[in-house]
Order: sequence, then structure tokens, then C-alpha cells
Amino acid sequence: MKYKNFSLKNTLSVLVSAFFLLNAGSSVAASTSVCLITKDATNSFFVKMAQGAFAKSAELGVELRSFAGKYDGDHETQVAAIETCVAAGAGGILLVASDTKAITSSVKQARDSGLVVLALDTPLDPIDSADMTFATDNFLAGELIGQWAAKTMGDTSNAKIGLLNINVSQPTVGVLRNQGFLKGFGIDIGNPSKWGDETDSRIVGHELSNGNAEGGLKGMENLLAIDPNINVVYTINEPAAAGAYQALKALGKEDQAIIVSVDGGCPGVDNVANGVIGATAQQYPLLMAALGVEAISNAVETGQMPSATKGKAFFDTGVGLVTGSPVSGLDQLTVEEGKNLCWGG
Amino acid sequence: MNDNYQLNSVFNYRETLMSKAKNYIQDFPVLIPFFILLSSILVFGLLVGDRFFSAFALTLILQQVAIVGIIGVAQSIVILTAGIDLSVGAIAVLSSVVMGKFTIDLGLPPEIAILCGLLCGTFFGAINGVLVAKVKVPPFIATLGLWMIVLAINFLYSGSEVISAQTLSTEAPLLQFFGNKIEFGGAIFTYGVIFMLLLVVLMSYVLSQTAWGRHVYAVGDDPSAMMLSGVNVDRTIISVYAIAGLICAFAGWALIGRLGSISPQAGQMANIESITAVVIGGISLFGGRGSVVGTLFGALIVGVFSLGLRLLGADVQWTYLLIGVLIITAVTIDQYIRKEVSS
Repeated sequence: MKYKNFSLKNTLSVLVSAFFLLNAGSSVAASTSVCLITKDATNSFFVKMAQGAFAKSAELGVELRSFAGKYDGDHETQVAAIETCVAAGAGGILLVASDTKAITSSVKQARDSGLVVLALDTPLDPIDSADMTFATDNFLAGELIGQWAAKTMGDTSNAKIGLLNINVSQPTVGVLRNQGFLKGFGIDIGNPSKWGDETDSRIVGHELSNGNAEGGLKGMENLLAIDPNINVVYTINEPAAAGAYQALKALGKEDQAIIVSVDGGCPGVDNVANGVIGATAQQYPLLMAALGVEAISNAVETGQMPSATKGKAFFDTGVGLVTGSPVSGLDQLTVEEGKNLCWGG
Repeated sequence: MNDNYQLNSVFNYRETLMSKAKNYIQDFPVLIPFFILLSSILVFGLLVGDRFFSAFALTLILQQVAIVGIIGVAQSIVILTAGIDLSVGAIAVLSSVVMGKFTIDLGLPPEIAILCGLLCGTFFGAINGVLVAKVKVPPFIATLGLWMIVLAINFLYSGSEVISAQTLSTEAPLLQFFGNKIEFGGAIFTYGVIFMLLLVVLMSYVLSQTAWGRHVYAVGDDPSAMMLSGVNVDRTIISVYAIAGLICAFAGWALIGRLGSISPQAGQMANIESITAVVIGGISLFGGRGSVVGTLFGALIVGVFSLGLRLLGADVQWTYLLIGVLIITAVTIDQYIRKEVSS
């Protein structure tokens, strides 16, 4: 009995001291822990982004926790992830937002609690809701492929343009790429912050692809049902482009249309090499993640926030135009160069 | 007799017509989705014109519903037993990933890889069946769990990476078999579409003409009576889920044909879409009544609405709104018929 009591006391004191130790440990860790929250954990863009973040964290000795929505557009899980990070006392959050407007109230709570919040890849709406944004200049990415398509065509008066966008919520990244493409191609874009209000008769229609091959295929089929002579196809990303190509090929029309895209993933660059995609604007997710981790760790240690690229509201991680058929007057990467810089398997 | 009938029909013409219609609908519940399908084709044909009423557009609808149609057949036989299968899409996609990875990564001959994919689908279907029949887990819960498990295996195994159409067409064109097509005029029938139609015919025959088919209906209608008459209920249920899994694996193979590539992200909404097709097609969620032909019509109705509204330039949300109305209408009619039959 006595022995038992002693053991209970002993256990208790061990538990209590362990609790304090753990607490002390976590308060030390809190200053250098970073959360990464992506749209989903299945898109290879985010898989690679997480790999980039983990590699950089290991290098800097920062603790990284990774969260993701269950699917692209899963807003609730992202809100819960932000709450978890605040509760866990993280130093900062790297966020790829699914709903760029709705997430801002959660982001504000996190920033009010003292966390540094950096938007990766997708700017929040408004963009200054985050401390800083590390992203591709998506408008420029669109503009580059638009210019390339126009120069490749030469005379654009007979263009019939099909646009494969992402989804109905018109996320900023999709709007910027789409509007950039149209401007680059030489079309009046009306209100730059939304798609679908353009009046140019060369536009056959907008379809939604959900950024995957299945959606790209169905969207392209629908566009071809509207006008079978589409000869320019803009796609939100390379999986959608592969789907669009499949729809054209099924009708023997794969040579009638130029397909352009954005991303620069390795399968996408392969598709540029084999002629499925005419040109793609390549972005650099590993760089975004690595810069983001570095910036948070820096901000937590020194209080210094990263600053935006000159003339832009965000930190531009760069974009490269990859094509197998270069045109004059544009900076372009060859397929080989694109392959060296590509991400994803 | 004849005079009497005529007299009757003069006085009670309206009632006779009503009850006749009611009887017809009770005997052939598939008439309702058939009527909705025909009228929606006509309405969209009138509104949109030639672009919709072309061989190209109408056969395009068949291509767009082929996968949901095939999975819908699997969902139908499960729902006929008063069950439900939420894991159908996940099983289809994992099966397609198995076929692709076994061929490309492991270097197996495509025939063997396809067989492995089909076995994979049957295996997970059978697990559903055992959970429902032996462990007595409610079908919704068993298949909800398996849906998540299979989807997670799919993403872990594939690394979320797409196998491209170009890789497949050079190394394993057999995987793209269902993408081959027969064309005449503007009409295009892919092998996937033909497979779906053959599957519907085959399953209609099996369900109506074989002992197994009658057992499937009986399990949904009155399992205790079936047990008393000496039929092995558990074995019937397990076989239904296993066959549903096999059909889903075929859907996965057909999905490769449709996409050209193998995408672990595809088919995520297939469970909801197939249940929608089944319900609009007039199969009772309480089991025991309905037909796979109805499911085909249900899938086609959704396809007609989607393409028709897109060609009209309507916002995609209108499609969802109308499909929602159709689902509730279909189930209301089902409840009405059940009441009539029991009274």
C-alpha cells in the first residue's frame, strides 16, 4: 500500500515536471514553427511546394506542420487549419488560399494573435490581407502566353478562342491568368477583375475545367459543340490542357488549335516537347515555399518583414515562357531549359 | 362485356385514363425518366437548335455520361438491395491507377495489369459486401469508410501523379481500348459508350431472367422472407457488392479510354453522380424496385441538362439547380407509388 502510494506520488511528480518541460519546449519551438496550408494534398503543385518547404525547414532548423484542404475549394478545412496553428502558437503561416476573400477574416485573427501570414501562389483578396505574397505574376504569365499565341498566329482577326478556366468562384489566380492572356492576345478585357464580361466576338466561350484533365476534356467538348472551329485554347493549367488536347484529338482536330497553358510542371513541359501544348508559362513553387519559410523564420527572429518586388504589390518569384516554337520579340526558354527548372514528376 | 367496357369508359373516361396511367407507371416505372429524357431533348432541341440537335452533340452526351452510366449500373444493383455504395468512384480510380502503374512501373504486360485492376475493384467491392452482410455495418457507413480508405490508397500509391496519354499510347495502348471509336455521319460512339449500353442490356437480362437477379430484388424487398425461403441472403449481398466493385473497375478502365491519361484526381464526384442517376432513373432507395435502364435514362437526363444549358450559355449553377429539382421530384413520385402499392 505504502509502496503504491509512493509510486503514485512519484508518477505524479514525473508527470508534472514532464508537463512543464514540454511546455517550455513548445514555447521555444513556437518561435520557430511554421505552418503550411495548401488547397489540397493531391495536386502535385502543392505536393512539390510542401517538399520545398520541408527541405528549407530542415536546413534552417525550423519546425514545419503541413495542412491541406480535402479538395481544391475546401474552405472550412483551411479555416480550421489556421485556428490550429494559432492555438499551437506557430510563428507564422504560409497559406495557399482556396477562397481568397472568405479566408481574410481568419487571416486577420491569426495576424492579430501575432502570427506572420504569407500568401503563397494565390494572392488574397484584397492582397494586403497577408503580410506579404510570394507568387508568380499570374497576369504576366497569362500575358506572355497570349502574346506568344498572337505572334504564332500572325493574323488574329480569324481567331476563335476557347477559354478553359478553373471554377465558378473566379479565384484571383484564374482571373489574372485569363485576363492576362486576353490582353496579351490583343483583346479588350473590360473589367480586369472578372472574366466573362468581354464583348469581343472572337471569344467562343468560357468553360470550367476544375484544373484537371477530366474537366479540361469536358469543357473542351462543350466549347467544340458551340463552335467546332476553335483555333486558340487558353487553359488554366497543364492537366486541363492535356484534357483539352484529348477532346480535340478525339475529333481529329488536334492540329487546328494552339493550346497555351500556365504551370511548368514536368509533365506539362513534356507535353510542350511532344506538341500537345504550344507554350506554357512556368512558375516556381519550390522557390515560393523555400522563400516563404525563410521569410517567416527571419521575421520571427528579427521582426523584419519581406518586401515586395519593385513596382508590384507582391514578391515576384518569376515566370518563364517555355516553348518548342519560339517567336521573335519575346524572352523564351527552350524545352530543355524548361525541363531543368520544372517541378513535379 | 365489350358494351359494358365502352359504357364504363364513357362515364369514367377521365378516371380510367388516370388509373391506367397509374397502373402503367407502377408496372413500368422507367416510363417517367424516359418521358423526362425525351421531353428535355425536345425542349433543348427547340431552344438551342441545330447545335444541340446534331448527331455530334447527341452522341457527345453519351460520351460524357459513359463513366457515370457504367458506375450507375454498379450503384443500381447495390441500391436494389436497399444498400448504397459511396466508394464506387474511388474504386474505379484506384483500379485505373493499378492498371497504369502495374504496366508502366512494374513492366507487366497490359493484359495482366488490367486483370489486376479488375481484381482490385472486385476485392474492395467484396470487402464492402462482407462488412454489410457479415459484420452488419450499415452500407452507408461501410462504404463511407472504404471510400476514404481507397481514395487515400489511390493518392499514396500514385503519388498524385498523372500517367500521360502519350506514355500510354506508346507503351500500353490496350489501356486506352475504350477510347477507340466508331463514327458515322457526325455521330461518334466510343467503345466506352458501347460498353455502357451492352452492360445495361446484360444487367437488365440478368436481373430479370436469372435466379440471382430475382434474389437481388428480393433482398431489397424483404430479406427475412428470403431467408425463410432458404436463400442465402449474406452470399447474395456479398456477391452484389463484389460485382459492383468489378463493374467500377471496368469503369476505371473506360475512364482511361475517355481521358487518354490516368489521373488519380478523376472521378471524385462519381458516387454522388451515380446516386443521382439512379434516383432520377426511378430506382427506389428503399430497395427492391426499379431497373438499370432507368439509371441509364437518369444519367442521360443529367447529361442532356448539362450540355443543353451550356450551349444556351446559362450559368453552370442552373444545371445543379434543375438536377436538384429532378432528384426531389423523382423521390416524391417514388413515395407516391409506394403508398399506392401498399394501399
